[in-house]
This record gives sequence, C-alpha cells and structure tokens, in this order.
Amino acid sequence: MASQATAVPVRFKNSSSRVGDTVARLVVMIFACSILAITVLLVSQLFVSSAPARAALGWKFLSSSAWNPVTDEFGAAPFIYGTVITSLIAMLISVPMGLGAAIFLSELAPVKLSNALTFIIELLAAIPSVIYGLLAIFTLVPLMRSYIEPALKTAFGFIPLFTGPAYGVGYLTAGFVLAIMTAPFVISVSRESLLAVPREQREAALALGATKWESTWQVVVPYAKLGIIGSVFLGLARALGETMAVTMVIGNNPTISKSLLAPGYTIAAVIANEFAEAGGTIHPAALVELGLVLFFLTIVINSAARLMIIATTSKGSRRA
Amino acid sequence: MNKRLGWRKLVNNVMLTLTGVCTLVTISVLFVILGILIYQGGKSLSWNFFTQLPKPVGEIGGGMANAIVGTLQIVGIASLIGLPIGFLAGVYLAEFDDKKFGMIVRYVADLLNGVPSIVIGILAWTLVVLPMHGNSGIAGSIALSVMLIPIVTRQTEQFLREVPLSLREGALALGASKWKMIATVVVPAGSKGILTGMILGVARISGESAPLLFTALGNQYWGGLTEPTASLPVMIYKYATSPFDEWHQMAWAAGLVLIGMVLTANILARLVLARGVSVPRG
Repeated sequence: MASQATAVPVRFKNSSSRVGDTVARLVVMIFACSILAITVLLVSQLFVSSAPARAALGWKFLSSSAWNPVTDEFGAAPFIYGTVITSLIAMLISVPMGLGAAIFLSELAPVKLSNALTFIIELLAAIPSVIYGLLAIFTLVPLMRSYIEPALKTAFGFIPLFTGPAYGVGYLTAGFVLAIMTAPFVISVSRESLLAVPREQREAALALGATKWESTWQVVVPYAKLGIIGSVFLGLARALGETMAVTMVIGNNPTISKSLLAPGYTIAAVIANEFAEAGGTIHPAALVELGLVLFFLTIVINSAARLMIIATTSKGSRRA
Repeated sequence: MNKRLGWRKLVNNVMLTLTGVCTLVTISVLFVILGILIYQGGKSLSWNFFTQLPKPVGEIGGGMANAIVGTLQIVGIASLIGLPIGFLAGVYLAEFDDKKFGMIVRYVADLLNGVPSIVIGILAWTLVVLPMHGNSGIAGSIALSVMLIPIVTRQTEQFLREVPLSLREGALALGASKWKMIATVVVPAGSKGILTGMILGVARISGESAPLLFTALGNQYWGGLTEPTASLPVMIYKYATSPFDEWHQMAWAAGLVLIGMVLTANILARLVLARGVSVPRG
C-alpha cells in the first residue's frame, strides 16, 4: 500500500503533460460512461417498447396463463413457470455435481492436473448454446423418450411429477441440458472460492485428527460458503436466461403442466420463437414485457451472486 | 473406537472418490460432445459446404458459404465497434479509477455481462431494426457488440492491474506523463493478457444465435450487411429444428465448423497467454 502511494500522485510542473493526462482521462472516461449509457438505454427501451402491453394488460399479464396471439390474449404465467422449473431442475443436478468437481479440483488434484482439467471445463463453457441444442435434439431427446422417461414412469409413476406420455421434449429434458451448461460456471467459481480458503484452516482441522473429507466438508466448504452460493446464483442466472438450447428441447407448449415430462415453454424460448413474426402492437409489446421480466429476474440474481463472490474471494489468501 | 475410525475412513474414501467421479463425468461430457459432432458432422462435411449456397429442400448437396461469410461479417463489424470501446473503458477502470464512479462502472459492466443474450437482441431490434424498417446484418453486429463490450472491459482491466508497480514507477521516474506511461509501458506489458481477453470475447459472440434471430434474421442467398444476413449459429438452429433429413445433416456439418472455430480461438487464446505474461510479475 505504501509503495502505491508513492507511485500515483506525481505532479509535473510541465503543464503540457498535465493537459495530456486530463485529455486522456476524459477520453477513457467517456468510453467507460458508454457502458452506463448502454445499460440505461437497454432498460428504457424495454420499458418504452413494452408500454402498449402494460397499458392493455396491466398486472394481470403476470398471473394470467392464457397465451393466444390470434385473440390478443397474453399471459406470462406458463413462461415464468417453465423458466423457473427448468432452472430449478438444472440446479438440482449441477450444484452437487459442480461442487463435487470443484472440491476435487481444489483439494485433491495436484496443481498441474487441476489447471489442465479446469481448462477443459472452461472449454465446456465456451461451447455455443445452439450446439448443445443440436446435440440435445438428436441424441438426448430420443434417449429420454425411449429409455429414461419410461423408466422414471415405472419407478416414480405414483408421483404426479412423473406422469403422462413420454414425448422426449419437455421440462425435464430442458433441465438436463441446462444442468450440463451451468455446471462449468458452478465449478470454476466454486473452485476459486475454495482455493481462497487459507491453508491454516485445513491444517488446523487435520491436526485435530479430522480426515481429509471431514476437514473439507466441515471446515473448508463452510469457510467458502458465500462464494459457493454465489456460484450457484451465477449458474441460476445463466439457466434462467438461456435461450437456444432450451428452445430446441422444451416442446413449445404454453400451458402449465404438473408433470415434468410434459412439454412446456420458457420466457426466452417464446421470445426466440415468436418475436420475428409478431404482428400488431400488443403481441411484440407483450414479448418485450416478457423480456423485461427476464431482465429483472437475472439482474436480481446476478447482483446477489456478485456481492457474495466479492465477499469471499477477497478475504482468504490463495494456495500457492 | 476402532469401528468408528473405520467408518470415518470409509466415508472419507467414498466421498473423495465421488468428487473424482463428478469431475470425470463433467469432463467426459466435452469429449462425448466432440465425438458425436466429429462423427455426424464429418459424414456430411465436404468442400462444397464452404463454397456453395444452401440448396432448396429435397436437393442433395449445397453448402453454407453465405452463412460462413455472414458470420465473419457480423462478428467483424461487432468487433470493430466493441473491442475499442471495451478496451478504453477497461483502461479507465484499471488506470484512472475514481473510487466511486469506477465501482459503479464495474458493477454495471458485470450486470450487462449477465443480461440474457435474447434481451440484448430486443435492444438491437428497437434501436436498429425498427428505425431501419427491416432486418439487417448490421443490427446483428450492434447486438453482438453490446455483448462484447463488458467482456473486453473487465478482461482489459484485470490484465492491466497485473502489470507490476515497478514498471510504472520506472516510467514515471524517467519523466513520462501518466498517459505516456500507460500508452508506452503499461498497455504493452499487459498486451498478451488483453489480446487473450479479446480473442475469448470474440469467440463467445461468434457462437451466439439468440440475439441474431430477429436482428440479422437469416438468408438463403448472399446478403449485404443492410439486408438480412445468414450466420452459422442461426442456420444450425433453423436446420436442426426443420423436419428434413438432409437439412439435419447440414446442421451437423455447420455445428462441426462452428465448434472448430470457437475451440480453436479458445485454445489459441490460452497459448498466447501461456507464452508468458510479457513481463515478470513484480
């Protein structure tokens, strides 16, 4: 800290260089402001373009479950339901998997192996979403239709969640795809948080006679708790906003179904499918309003995630 | 007592093995995806794919030359807009940071980064498609540049911050003004990291299809940037969801090409960075 103080506030008597600094500062500041401007523009455009729908439909829009553009009936409930359900299924799978992998990468694997595996996992996050959709349509959907969904029905058919015909497409399939897509985010952020736990914490637990697992599960993981929850929220925000892969396997059916095997719809998917062809004034505006709902949903979850991640990764000292 | 210790050791071994299994399953997903893509895409990938236009339904053959060029055009324009803005905003955050305003910009950049890409598409639609009364490749570029800016900003900031203090002090001690120090010492020292960030950002947007669906739309023929423009990701979506078998095969080929592009960029970025941070950490 002391050395930083000596470096920055150098003042020159030569006035031209000071002018240069002021100009440079102004220029980069304008570009930094452009980020704020874009965000303000985004919010205002979403509000302005959705105005006709909000005027015509009011708050009923959020609770109504009828969606029929031909008769100008617009209700967001089936889409909000589908978005939340698919994301929850995804989290139920990707959080335990991701946390497990993160523990392996931060606590067990040698540094070199851990770095190599983390790189592979980052590649997984780099795969475009439409590619996940492509694979899901032609491999996962047939698999779900002929094997997994019938098996679930025979095993758990007494629960309403697993009833109805096995279409292959639907909430459960979309949830599976989202689980694969969000796992890399959970893993890389959780791993960072675990690595930020001070070494002494582990050593103290081991010295008290804890096994490796006990030290990890009862000391290290609780210490990194906030960062891990942050990673879950980050993954959740991704899942809520994910478009292409879900659009390709959700089944495009705007009704609320109890069964996870039934085809459904999500906010992002209906925007993707209907926006280009939406006619009239209310239909596009209703889709923009759905975008607005999605925007606020992800903003809230993302901000919470950021705050929690900042809170954990700044306190510990990293393993060398 | 011994029984209890045995039990704890068993739990230890089982759980630690399970964490390894979790890692293995996640990693293997990547290889399964690559394997299927190479198998299915390789069957229908030929030289024609890169040189010919899409054929109408029912005719065998044809390619996606227009979509490959379209993707390059849309992503190229998006990079021309997004990279400089993102880079300069990153320089501000790393070098001229006023505590409060910098915090706000940083936070907003992260939020913008988290906005679903389909919502960004709506923004480009209201800003470009509505006033221009039609879909265009340029609208797609605007959407993608909005996604690119916050990524490049945060990466630039991160790598500039890693440039050691001693270098800055050296430059200042030699009488350089602050902007000269940044332009001639700090930015060159962080250039490899910044380049890495830029490559990763461009790779990320070139696989995006959601923001292009109702901005660039698509085109079966060649299109200028002021007309609807075809792109690989949107073609994959359209062809994969179509009911025609020959289109499915084309979708696989396009998928293989797209993932080849994206993964090459990612590995390239990693190599640039591995060649060393340009200066020893101080």
